[in-house]
Amino acid sequence: MQQQARFINIGERTNVTGSAKFKKLILKGDFEAALDVARQQVENGAQIIDINMDEGMLDSKAAMVRYLTLLAAEPDIARVPIMVDSSKWDVIEAALKCIQGKAVVNSISLKEGEASFLQQAKLLRRYGAAVVVMAFDEVGQADTKARKVEICQRAYQILTEQIGFPPEDIIFDPNIFAVATGIEEHNNYAVDFIEATREIKRLCPYAKISGGVSNVSFSFRGNDPVREAIHSVFLYHAIAAGMDMGIVNAGQLAVYDDIPPLLRERVEDVILNRRPDATERLLEIAAQFKGDGSVAEKVDDAWRSLPVNKRLEHALVKGITDFIEQDTEDARQQAERPLHVIEGPLMDGMNVVGDLFGEGKMFLPQVVKSARVMKKAVAYLQPYIEQEKAGGRAQGKILLATVKGDVHDIGKNIVGVVLQCNNFEVIDLGVMVSCAEILRVAKEQQVDVIGLSGLITPSLDEMVHVAKEMTRLGFTIPLLIGGATTSKAHTAVKIAPHYAHGVVYVPNASRSVSVVQALISAEQKPAYLARVAEEYRIAVEQHQRSRPGERMLSLAEARQNKFPLDLTKVAPAPKQPGVHYWQQVDLQVLRDYIDWTPFFLTWQLSGKFPAILQHAEVGLEARKVYQDANALLDQMIKDNLIRGKAAFGFFPANSDGDDIIIYQDDSRTTERCRLHNLRQQLALRNNAPNCSLADFIAPVGSGIADYVGAFAVTTGFGADELAAQYAAAHDDYNSIMVKALADRLAEALAEYLHLKVRREYWGYAANEQLDNEQLIRELYQGIRPAPGYPACPEHTEKGTLFQLLDVPAQIQMQLTESYAMWPGAAVSGWYFAHPDSKYFAVSKIDRDQLADYAERKGWSEQQAESWLAPNLR
Amino acid sequence: MTELRLTPQQLRQLLASRILVLDGAMGTMIQQHRLDEAGYRGAEFADWPSDLKGNNDLLVLTQPELIADIHRQYLLAGADIIETNTFNATTIAMHDYQMAHLSERINREAAALARRVCDEVTAQQPDKPRFVAGVLGPTNRTASISPDVNDPGFRNVSFDELVLAYKESTRALIAGGADIIMLETIFDTLNAKAAAFAVLEVFEELQLELPVMISGTITDASGRTLSGQTTEAFYYSLAHVKPVTFGLNCALGPDLLRPYVETLATISEAYVSVHPNAGLPNEFGEYDLGAEAMAAEIADWAKQGFLNIVGGCCGTTPEHIKAIAEAVKDAPPRQPKAADHSFHLAGLEAFAVEW
Repeated sequence: MQQQARFINIGERTNVTGSAKFKKLILKGDFEAALDVARQQVENGAQIIDINMDEGMLDSKAAMVRYLTLLAAEPDIARVPIMVDSSKWDVIEAALKCIQGKAVVNSISLKEGEASFLQQAKLLRRYGAAVVVMAFDEVGQADTKARKVEICQRAYQILTEQIGFPPEDIIFDPNIFAVATGIEEHNNYAVDFIEATREIKRLCPYAKISGGVSNVSFSFRGNDPVREAIHSVFLYHAIAAGMDMGIVNAGQLAVYDDIPPLLRERVEDVILNRRPDATERLLEIAAQFKGDGSVAEKVDDAWRSLPVNKRLEHALVKGITDFIEQDTEDARQQAERPLHVIEGPLMDGMNVVGDLFGEGKMFLPQVVKSARVMKKAVAYLQPYIEQEKAGGRAQGKILLATVKGDVHDIGKNIVGVVLQCNNFEVIDLGVMVSCAEILRVAKEQQVDVIGLSGLITPSLDEMVHVAKEMTRLGFTIPLLIGGATTSKAHTAVKIAPHYAHGVVYVPNASRSVSVVQALISAEQKPAYLARVAEEYRIAVEQHQRSRPGERMLSLAEARQNKFPLDLTKVAPAPKQPGVHYWQQVDLQVLRDYIDWTPFFLTWQLSGKFPAILQHAEVGLEARKVYQDANALLDQMIKDNLIRGKAAFGFFPANSDGDDIIIYQDDSRTTERCRLHNLRQQLALRNNAPNCSLADFIAPVGSGIADYVGAFAVTTGFGADELAAQYAAAHDDYNSIMVKALADRLAEALAEYLHLKVRREYWGYAANEQLDNEQLIRELYQGIRPAPGYPACPEHTEKGTLFQLLDVPAQIQMQLTESYAMWPGAAVSGWYFAHPDSKYFAVSKIDRDQLADYAERKGWSEQQAESWLAPNLR
Repeated sequence: MTELRLTPQQLRQLLASRILVLDGAMGTMIQQHRLDEAGYRGAEFADWPSDLKGNNDLLVLTQPELIADIHRQYLLAGADIIETNTFNATTIAMHDYQMAHLSERINREAAALARRVCDEVTAQQPDKPRFVAGVLGPTNRTASISPDVNDPGFRNVSFDELVLAYKESTRALIAGGADIIMLETIFDTLNAKAAAFAVLEVFEELQLELPVMISGTITDASGRTLSGQTTEAFYYSLAHVKPVTFGLNCALGPDLLRPYVETLATISEAYVSVHPNAGLPNEFGEYDLGAEAMAAEIADWAKQGFLNIVGGCCGTTPEHIKAIAEAVKDAPPRQPKAADHSFHLAGLEAFAVEW
């Protein structure tokens, strides 16, 4: 993965010559929307953005200056460096006068001779910019390898020797020209570039190579699948030769290994100029790949005629289960013993998968599909192996469990699959596993490593508890920590000190393999643990050092600085008061409300939906997993495999300090219960108010009849059973998919219900019209903070919420002892309707608030400490 | 006049052998004299049409002995380098007092005054050389931030205007006898890039090269400059100037500044300078971190190998500088990071690829 990061993606969409859309926006002066183009590129992973305003109809200099000054005010865009792209020197210079960071100028050249080249380079140094030098001289633009090398070497010497330009800041663009144009002299252009790249890198130490990639496929415009293949093959070879960065259209890049072999071979013939008829031969087949590329997959069954071990490898790498039993049987008949099929061809195939994953050529969903193939093959062989009574030899035994009180297991399941793929034996104890059970099994089964997972904050304490128990019981095996709320800092500060034999935080599934391998190897382990210990020492130091930066207010001061509520804007009384239940939610309706971005994150594919579907690296895989998800969703909905329910209601309420009083009825004479809220206690920038959720409700004595709402929703009924069915059928891919989708549907239900509440049930925003993107960006009036999350981080308040709505009896959702909700795919929270109410994070609180909170809750300070530990300063 | 100038190479040699001490605050020292309007005006500007109280830089013309005395106190406390009283002396900053045309004279006189005191102390105590750092302040305008919340594209100063102003100041500081040019309290990197551009142009024009010191300001615990850059991004955006020192000053006391000093000490191929405030201002706007407490923190920085030049900014006094000089006296200087030709760019954040 890291090797890939060495190729720098330069976003090309903010270029009036390359993007018709961007050009249109700039020409009509819509700079706001033009900034969004830059923002999208950054969000989609562009590491540098190329900005070009060279357009005849435009005052290029003015447009460049306006765009850059506006961009400077957008921190989410301005965080990345800028490439100033212009052929006009005055535009370049004007741009550099607007950029505070270190930019790249694209480009200057020897076209006008040495004097002006030197003068411009000298000025660029003075402005502090790196430079792209085009392979262009007084004679013309370089097309052959020899000319490219000659010009670049000359430019390098002039720059480094005459004006001391730092070689690392020189980037050569040796010109990428179109190949397969039908003109014979063009046939060697790609080879010329690639070979020149290799030579320039050798002759010009520290200099970089860049280029505009889409030129190379110019003659196939209109046929995107072929263009994508050409770009991908070209980059594959150019990067290997030393190309460092490129201006690329993220949407036009296929994954090299995924190009259908026939197409790849013929493209490769063209790019590498391997035969005189290469262009004709590519043209011959180009038409059949036009369109959505679906033809490509059907052409591709040549692998069925390979020898059996290669067929197994192919099936594993591609995740194809269709022929696996047949192929496994063939392999078994050829093998001396059934076990040899596992240890031989199957493990060889999985090693290929492991290598491709390690090199970043495969992505997580593909690996999980490979595991599905592997499991099916192993399951097929199992009866034969048992006949022989021979056991498998795994690399090591890993115990995995989601700790007591927590039901979340998607991440843990992914780790399990990835470890199994790498030939570790995994004992997965499931969710809500007590410490005693974990340690009992660990001893009995003599496991080599224990891995703990958890999502909600109380699980962090449970992990500390497990670590202490391991010490007390004399364990010496390493302990792994993972899950969404865990962190290196927490592991280093809170868990590691309680167990001396190795506590390792594992940030994601792909890391788990190398971590476990290091821990299982007797040679690597001591050095590895020493390195982890050193990292933690630094993490602890940083944690302690970050403290003085924060200034805490006393609780009294924080209350003084509460959020000032505009009492004239309090929302009207709910149109449909009382408590409501939906016993049968129509999941089909919810599909439109799904926020897909987190779904892709579950699969370790990062990028914003829907742009991720077109992403250069992960787009193809994202499209596949998205397709699979929708197919499964269709089935889940059609066959009623999972079911959703909701409870929600509105209650007369007024605030009293940091509490919110809920009354028995609208006479507001008798208290029914209190919602206990925490207050921000850190001194905030610009003296911003120290918020508590109570601040968003009109206070007692204000004479205003205010309301608070509550909701609990789930789409998880049936999900565990369905996931278990898939797991039993050795299909971890769909097993994980079921839970990931149930989670998304639950979030979608919460979003949908909130919308209905705003428009109808409470009805304070009856005329609201927002699309899904706007909903995801929370552009509506009012908030729905969830207990256990930043605005109200203390989990036991969920107990009050469940009581208010009579949740367990009415819709059968339950709370665990750590206040995790069951089914796991669930959301609950409060509704605040005031237009000024907003999300915030309570963050750190001090001892005085702890004591005050304990008193309000009727707790001992010790109880309060255990529930508030994650927030306690 | 050029043959006796301090060269960057000479200063680097000195910095390789010991930690140098910079002076402390000027502004808060002047405040202690509680000068009134007439005190600022002196005879020459008695009839000036605008208020002049608070125009500290003008004092090099109207109260030169007061300024000379502050310089002297710092030199006697152990400072190796003193800063000219020119923080607001650019034409742009002087414009507020309708004194843009006096900018050249103030810069020149300020440098000459500092030069005179330096030479005088060195004549009495010839144990070590003493240097004048000609200060280019940030000006009161920002080239990369809009002062108008309704128009993020608006700017009240341009790069070219800044270059013009800084060139004038730089020429005058050199004419007055500055040994070093120091860009300090940088809160907008684009302003500093303009200043650096001006300095390099003037060097070329005069055919000389003085040591340059660059010192930025991390405005609060967010760890960023006012214009939004991280310490790393700030460094890489100005590394092309090849300054002798790169550093941080003002805004924070040593405790809060520490992580950023450490960052800089890790990445900088230049020598590192720091001059923190004497803590954060209290509710009366006064700085109350004492000399000993401040020196203790600085001593630890020196021990950690963060430092090459250290002094004080707002709220520090000759007493602070004396304690600091004592604290770093025997500590070995930091050795700069060796040049490794790694490739860096920067937006608000740094972009690096290790090759």
